[in-house]
Amino acid sequence: MTALLRTESLVKRFGGLAATDGLSLAVAEGELHALIGPNGAGKTTLIGQLAGELTPDEGRILFDGRDVTRMPVHKRAQRGLARSFQITSIFPSFSALDNVALAVQAHAGHSFRFWRDAGRDRRLVDPARAVLERVGLGARANTPAEALAHGEKRQLELAMALATGPRLLLLDEPMAGMGPEESARMVDLLKELKGTVTILLVEHDMDAVFALADRITVLVRGKDLASGTPAEIRNDPAVREAYLGDELEAV
Amino acid sequence: MPLTRPRIALLILFAAALALPSVAVWIDEPFYVRLGARILVFALAAVSLDLILGFGGMVSFGHAAFVGIGGYVVGILFAHQADGSTLFGFPGTVNGFIVWPLAFLAGALAALPIGAISLRTSGVPFIMITLAFAQMLFYLMTGLKAYGGDDGIALWSRSSFPGALNIADHTTFYYVTLGLLVAVLVLGWRLVNSRFGRVIRGAKDNERRMKALGYPVTRYKLAAFVIAGGLAGLAGALLANATMFVGPQYLHWSRSGDLIVMVVLGGIGTLIGPVLGAASLLLLEEFVPELMDMVHAGTGEHWKIVLGPVLLGLVLFARKGIWGVIAGARR
Repeated sequence: MTALLRTESLVKRFGGLAATDGLSLAVAEGELHALIGPNGAGKTTLIGQLAGELTPDEGRILFDGRDVTRMPVHKRAQRGLARSFQITSIFPSFSALDNVALAVQAHAGHSFRFWRDAGRDRRLVDPARAVLERVGLGARANTPAEALAHGEKRQLELAMALATGPRLLLLDEPMAGMGPEESARMVDLLKELKGTVTILLVEHDMDAVFALADRITVLVRGKDLASGTPAEIRNDPAVREAYLGDELEAV
Repeated sequence: MPLTRPRIALLILFAAALALPSVAVWIDEPFYVRLGARILVFALAAVSLDLILGFGGMVSFGHAAFVGIGGYVVGILFAHQADGSTLFGFPGTVNGFIVWPLAFLAGALAALPIGAISLRTSGVPFIMITLAFAQMLFYLMTGLKAYGGDDGIALWSRSSFPGALNIADHTTFYYVTLGLLVAVLVLGWRLVNSRFGRVIRGAKDNERRMKALGYPVTRYKLAAFVIAGGLAGLAGALLANATMFVGPQYLHWSRSGDLIVMVVLGGIGTLIGPVLGAASLLLLEEFVPELMDMVHAGTGEHWKIVLGPVLLGLVLFARKGIWGVIAGARR
């Protein structure tokens, strides 16, 4: 298997603290790779570097064989690296459909088009509607995004990432703040997506992670403590000691 | 098309604008035609500001600079025409077919570097940098003795449109300005609903997300800034013709402030609102001092004491300004 995304000895320091500490990670094409670790392990910092919002102090990031370490956010996105945000990041004054249409538009050529009504442009609206249906928000298409329930906003967040037709999805805690029912729906949705797109999933919900992941990397203090299949991670003594402990017993 | 409340309001407004010159003649107040033209000119400038302020979230506190630049294009070319001298080897001219497009271009060209630098920031720094650029241009024009310095340039005649129009006639000038304003409103309406407009509005809502979706956001914001600068330049050319004068005060920061007040008063991010804002501000400025002097002589110069509460009330209770109240916008 070839790695779609690879980091090489990545380091990111904040003052004296190394939030990412010599991390080498490989996400294989087509897999769902989960990233777990206790609070403060550096998961969100890593996502920030992968997406391009943070610049690493040392090391390289390779996406599809190309060095993207210093590439700006929008260029990485254009190359097929899409992300969802841990804290819902949508366009509150747009309808749910228009949120997704804006995501479609980002990958439908340049937007220096000044005359035609984008709201009636079927090349944007039709794919957007399809993605909304796919995440289960079809009935809420015309609702202003700010009026959606929390769980629906999370679904919209994912829909926007999906609508860009990504090669790699960076999902930063897609189930954050969701109730059990909503979480279960999200797990089903990610199961459907699995295999059609490569996913790097950061998630606290261990049930979800062990149900979904092909491989898991355990991050502790910015370092790769262990990487492997869910079974390997579950039985790794170092992981049990450092992090999972009681939580794993429950799985 | 169903007759919704905003559509009826628009029709009434347009009919009123069309009828104004005839009514002014009928009630024997020809001055109202000139006041009307002035309102339309400032409306055009305010609409151009609303494109970036209301839709793009770019609080430019230097928009009057582009108006002033457009005005000076008319003024400077007039001055060269008047004394038969040349500018960079070109003779001066008062031909509107040349001068007005040049005013648009000059506004847009000035907006390009100013926008490119200002848009490296956002929020308060953006406000301060646009203000700083505008003040620099203000002092530049003040010091430019060749073109009147402080005193500006008085124009003896309006732009000419050989073979087409004579805008020396106040009513003709009024209708030309109205036509341009309507054209800009239609263009602006198309623009904010186009793909381009959605990118600008998306960047106002959530710029970080726009980047994560793959948009080179700054490029689009700069394009909007340049378009707005060009339209402001055109408004400047009209202003020079309306007042037959160009001076540094057109670029002063308080003029930029007036434009922001017009946008906010009329309804930010509504395009038509700033037209109402311009009308309200200029009408208040025209008639409130008179009324106050009638009530108590000498109080007229403090007329802004009336403007303050009106503005405050609208901002607090009608988030989309006067247009929001008229069109029955929610919230």
